[in-house]
Amino acid sequence: MYNAGKIIIGIVIFLALITAPFWYNLAKPSAPPKLELGTQEKQCVESKAFMQANHMVLLDQWRDEVVRDGKRIYVNSAGKQFNMSLQNTCTKCHSTKTKFCDRCHTYLNVAPNCWDCHIAPKEQEKLAGRSDK
Amino acid sequence: MDDTRRSFLKIAGLSMLGFGAKPVVDAVAGAGGPKFEKDPKAFNGKRWAMVVDQQKCLKAKDGCKDCVLACNSAHNIPSFNNPKDEIKWIWQTSFEHAFPGQENPYINDYIKTSLKGLPFLVLCNHCDNPPCVRVCPVQATFRRPDGIVAMDYHRCIGCRFCMAACPYGARNLNWSDPRPFIKKENPEYPTRTRGVVEKCNFCSELLAVGKLPACVEACKEKALVFGDLEDPNSEVRELLRTRPTIQRKPQLGTRPQIYYIL
Repeated sequence: MYNAGKIIIGIVIFLALITAPFWYNLAKPSAPPKLELGTQEKQCVESKAFMQANHMVLLDQWRDEVVRDGKRIYVNSAGKQFNMSLQNTCTKCHSTKTKFCDRCHTYLNVAPNCWDCHIAPKEQEKLAGRSDK
Repeated sequence: MDDTRRSFLKIAGLSMLGFGAKPVVDAVAGAGGPKFEKDPKAFNGKRWAMVVDQQKCLKAKDGCKDCVLACNSAHNIPSFNNPKDEIKWIWQTSFEHAFPGQENPYINDYIKTSLKGLPFLVLCNHCDNPPCVRVCPVQATFRRPDGIVAMDYHRCIGCRFCMAACPYGARNLNWSDPRPFIKKENPEYPTRTRGVVEKCNFCSELLAVGKLPACVEACKEKALVFGDLEDPNSEVRELLRTRPTIQRKPQLGTRPQIYYIL
């Protein structure tokens, strides 16, 4: 092989550069975001594990049931009833969108367009309300 | 040998049947999961309709727009201050605009004198044969079993076919983000976004919790009467029985369900 030294050094540099992001992440794993629930409530409409994995599926189901079929009451697996509404049910507990929804969505680089139309909770007012109690 | 093959096939067939039946059994027995229900307080109409009584509208104070304002604030309707971009669910218009083809010098005179030239209230007619539903390429607009022509804003792609199809001008596109143009947001109801068509929904969100439409509630003179056409004892049926009514552009075959008492 001609110029073996140069080629091997070149290959090593090339591999180092192309795998650099992986080394970078290995050295400094980015911490998953800390979410503030924005509520003292212990129980969401379903279990925490289910909500973490499936909240988007559940919200889509809610949307279709409410808009297309006119059914607005969700009976969860424990038999408890909820009004199916992002704006009037979810955000009544999860009152800090920027510290709950946004933190995780930004971390995972997903951009759901819920809030283009649905009105996000007013966070300043909520905080003020809580300090009064 | 034959016997064993025969019995093997029998058992295999039976077990295949068992596998096939499992999803069916699961579907029938699977009642433990979450369920979706209607609010017990909801109004259950079979065919919603409205009667607009212009005689009662006459009694209202000058320049009354209570119904329009109530609708605007209930549904976060923006005001762009530009007639080209205007969003309107219920609005006021002149007789010749609301009922073209039905005017003649004498009825025009009647409107001017007996009805004091008051504007007519117009809104989505929630047609029995809605052309907007037929043209929508994504089924964003659809006719509910109770007759309400509803919209699924999540699906709307803003193609405006429905605006072209609607002979009543009851649909408007959000040419720009409506949020900055909403005077006071109603936190209970969503807004729309840029590139989405919107229209009157007969307040289906209020009917679902047992309340009358916002415009009907807002009218102090009870000029707007909302009810179920399939219920022979309803107030709308009573009015349609006792008073002569007209509809907007009935000749188009859309079978509009807003009736007007002149």
